[in-house]
Amino acid sequence: MIELKSAAQIEHMRAAGQILAEAFRMCRDLVKPGVSTLEIDREVEALIRGRKAKPAFKGYRGYPATICASINEEVVHGIPAAKRRLREGDIIGLDLGAIVEGYYADAAMTLPVGEISDEARRLLDVTRESLDHAIAQCRPGNRIGDVGAAVQRHVEGAGFGVVRAFVGHGIGRALHEDPQVPNFGEPGRGPLLRPGMVLALEPMVTMGHWEVRVLADRWTAVTADGSLAAHFEHTVAVSEGGPDVLTADTKETV
Amino acid sequence: MARRRRGQFPEEREGKKPKDDAIEVEGKVVEPLPNAMFRVELDNGHRVLTHVSGKMRMHFIRILPGDRVKVELSAYDLTRGRITYRFK
Repeated sequence: MIELKSAAQIEHMRAAGQILAEAFRMCRDLVKPGVSTLEIDREVEALIRGRKAKPAFKGYRGYPATICASINEEVVHGIPAAKRRLREGDIIGLDLGAIVEGYYADAAMTLPVGEISDEARRLLDVTRESLDHAIAQCRPGNRIGDVGAAVQRHVEGAGFGVVRAFVGHGIGRALHEDPQVPNFGEPGRGPLLRPGMVLALEPMVTMGHWEVRVLADRWTAVTADGSLAAHFEHTVAVSEGGPDVLTADTKETV
Repeated sequence: MARRRRGQFPEEREGKKPKDDAIEVEGKVVEPLPNAMFRVELDNGHRVLTHVSGKMRMHFIRILPGDRVKVELSAYDLTRGRITYRFK
């Protein structure tokens, strides 16, 4: 069942989302060659807890950490580790979640470590743009299929692959609520978007084929062909006036 | 954190759930009956009419008089049951 959220509920989610935006500002400075993913995890957890919020992923289905840190061919859900150190030229997907007053926000971005190749840069750009296209579709009267189709068109048009095995999701009082929000689909199909729906939109894009497999740690998803993968995500409320991005960085100066 | 699409990963596919309202007991087959049914004498001395579970039929597990078997008894009718396992 798709649960519609009241304005008050959405404000709690925005509060959680803004903590994530702040955490990403910190991560931008943190991400550099030599840093381990566990160090980033520690810093983000301290920041989230310092804001009187709770990490959303820790303990979720047994997930052991605050963040997901997915390097290069890792698509999503990489588990932070002291021995995973960033190297010049890597790309790292950071996926963060926070809970405020019982309400969740979920966001991700993929950051370059130092100088990266032009192809990797293009992968990041296309993935971020595809998220913008998805957000633009989040207005009442559109359908879930419109969101997925917008992502798919942009990504496949650029010659990249759209991951099928993982999808975006409704979000609110739980991390994963209905509906599922695939990053592929047909326009005009799927559940109707209504004001009060809150969705975590998260295109996962591969440089090669879209097939993924999950490693023996039961979390880390990697591309089957070893190609690079990128992941951007925002928590977005559908409102009368159009999309309302709860995890947007209002202070971002890029 | 991305949501797994249902059915995309083998480990989340579930087999048939064992019926939780059945009583599991062991016994010995005493008599084959028509229609792949068997009379089983349970360890507690009761004799029940049992059929072979569909999963065992699919795997052609044959049952002969004298075999020790695991039986799920219906909670509703304790004179009938389902053979779910044949001990080697």
